Amino acid sequence: MADQDTIELVKTIEVDKYKYGFETDIESDYAPKGLNEDIVRFISDKKGEPQWMLDWRLEAYRSWLHMENPTWAKVSFPKIDYQDLYYYAAPKSMAAPKSLDEIDPKLLETYAKLGIPLKEQEILAGVRKQGEKSMLDDDGNEVITGRVAIDAVFDSVSVVTTFKDELKKADVIFCSISEALREHPDLVKQYLGSVVPQGDNFYAGLNSAVFSDGSFVYVPPGVRCPMELSTYFRMNAKNTGQFERTLIIADKGAYVSYLEGCTAPTREESQLHAAVVELIAHEDAEIKYSTVQNWYPGDAEGKGGVYNFVTKRGDCRGARSKISWTQVETGSAITWKYPSVILRGDSSRGEFYSIAISNGKQQVDSGTKMIHLGKNSSSRIVSKGIAAGRSDNTYRGLVSAHRKATYARNFTQCDSLLIGDQCGAHTVPYIESKTSTAQFEHEATTSKISDDQMFYCMSRGLSQEEAVALIVNGFVRDVLQQLPMEFMAETQKLIGISLEGSVG
Amino acid sequence: MLEIQNLHVKLEDEPREILKGLSLTVKPGEVHAIMGPNGSGKSTLSYVLSGRAGYEVTDGSVSFKGENLLEMDPNMRAAKGVFLAFQYPIEIPGVATMQFLKVALNAQRKARGEKELSIPDFMRFVKERAAKLNISQEMLKRPVNVGFSGGEKKRAEILQMAVLEPSLCILDETDSGLDIDALKVVADGVNALRSPDRAMIVITHYQRLLDYIVPDFVHVLSAGKIVKSGGKELAHELEANGYAEFVEKVA
Repeated sequence: MADQDTIELVKTIEVDKYKYGFETDIESDYAPKGLNEDIVRFISDKKGEPQWMLDWRLEAYRSWLHMENPTWAKVSFPKIDYQDLYYYAAPKSMAAPKSLDEIDPKLLETYAKLGIPLKEQEILAGVRKQGEKSMLDDDGNEVITGRVAIDAVFDSVSVVTTFKDELKKADVIFCSISEALREHPDLVKQYLGSVVPQGDNFYAGLNSAVFSDGSFVYVPPGVRCPMELSTYFRMNAKNTGQFERTLIIADKGAYVSYLEGCTAPTREESQLHAAVVELIAHEDAEIKYSTVQNWYPGDAEGKGGVYNFVTKRGDCRGARSKISWTQVETGSAITWKYPSVILRGDSSRGEFYSIAISNGKQQVDSGTKMIHLGKNSSSRIVSKGIAAGRSDNTYRGLVSAHRKATYARNFTQCDSLLIGDQCGAHTVPYIESKTSTAQFEHEATTSKISDDQMFYCMSRGLSQEEAVALIVNGFVRDVLQQLPMEFMAETQKLIGISLEGSVG
Repeated sequence: MLEIQNLHVKLEDEPREILKGLSLTVKPGEVHAIMGPNGSGKSTLSYVLSGRAGYEVTDGSVSFKGENLLEMDPNMRAAKGVFLAFQYPIEIPGVATMQFLKVALNAQRKARGEKELSIPDFMRFVKERAAKLNISQEMLKRPVNVGFSGGEKKRAEILQMAVLEPSLCILDETDSGLDIDALKVVADGVNALRSPDRAMIVITHYQRLLDYIVPDFVHVLSAGKIVKSGGKELAHELEANGYAEFVEKVA
């Protein structure tokens, strides 16, 4: 009886909990269902790609045919029928690239509804007004937030990229990867697949064959990108896989901070999302890459939701280069994701900060790989896993040192927080060192939200859900602080929302 | 303001009664001290009034400003004006004290249908209240109660009280673990909050605190009942003679 009540309660909360679940009614242009060489050609043709790009895709497709689905992660799901999916969907009105003024109002409306203003004047006039004191940070200091340039990707195409002119003045290239293939083919050719090769793994192989759009960033030597860059991915079309490809290059001494956000409509069928992100940092360059992933997580019983099978890897190619991954994973039915850093350059630095929240029947298997190749390279991993409901939350990480990576250093901290007694948290660290001079440290804790903490917060006026959100936000504070200031407050709210219905 | 009648309370998972017919009336502006030996039910009373889970009221009633207090969740009670200063304040890692105050105050204001304070107004308000309690800016940035000394924890509790401005303050053994200097600071903080429309229940084992927070009434709690009530001089009597007389009476 009591259990039934709880289930009902969770169900009702679940329904309005995912507030990005609406669908945009827009006519789309699809590729025929299924996957074969013709589909690969169709996508390449739609994008007007050069021959070498098509050849590259076909090579990927042919090697993918011989690859196996990876099975080592602690996740389970029914076999995916890759012939039952659409591999390309684009709003019809997007047939020809247009300026912002010509974009289908339905699309603008969609992004407005998601809280993403695309018109620059709106951004300037809206919540992110420059210099406006609008927030209180964790330390109780007032914070001034800045501007953000956005690339909006809707299903398989990029809708618009804002602040292009201003970025151009700084010589920063920020555009969709389709546009980069047209405007800057040499750069794309030089770097694409250089970090995640076509045959890297099953999902990366699939992505390489059929990727549709994504963002491209190139920051030239010595340039500090003048604003935050951000891509907002929206999956709308039904039964359609999203395969975006992002490529970011920071040339010698350059700096860029980039953030991606993701949402999808509420659907009963699961949706596949297999992205590849490649980062390249040359000598003395720094890339900060943040993700706030909020794909539809499925309902309380595990029906529907996005399969988020993503390969993200950064290459610290030059000496003293630095790559930092920060991820906040709240959505998706299944997350299979290990943003990694190859520490090739001497004294290079890799960082991975992660908040992974699972509720309902979500399954998360996420972590990182820090592969130390260069001398004196160092890395830091801070992972905060929060499991609620009947979810499973696994941290899986590898730290390795090549024999030449003398004096490599790593510090890993994995903390898990359990809410309720039907969820699971697991920590699976792999450590491999081929040099005796490497210094690797690993710390792990597991805790629960105590009744005392709940009562203390509630006796001060917080509702049960506000109390959970506050305590969890405290638990993940070290990682939250790594996010660009512009996104911190929203992320804190998101953490609260994704845990609704987890207690009581 | 507060009307407790014949209150019987036991732990949810134990048959033994802890409060056995406690009655108490508290009017606005009054300060009531509740004294008693260990195990007499003092802390249970504070938890039952603030709504902690794990207790079962088997008989009696508690009305607060004319409403049935026992029906409300702890956060509703807080919004209505009940505040408990904890004997052992709880740590909340990663949540700055300032942030905690803001979230708590806004949650209460929201529940009462009031507007949230603007950030600058809120900051000014907290800084002013904090200064009176010798609480530095640095301490406001530290996570709630984490690594606080005993004195800091108690001062922080009183700061929360000063910021939330409750109409009924329950202070549970606020003097425990305090040296005399810290005790004075805390007592000054509490006294500054005394007002004609605010009532206080000061729970203490020792008379010492009552030299600084002078009560209007003193009640002796023993074995779950108020066995004697009087003016502030009763506290001195207890200090001189101890609780033995009352403990035996019940036995």
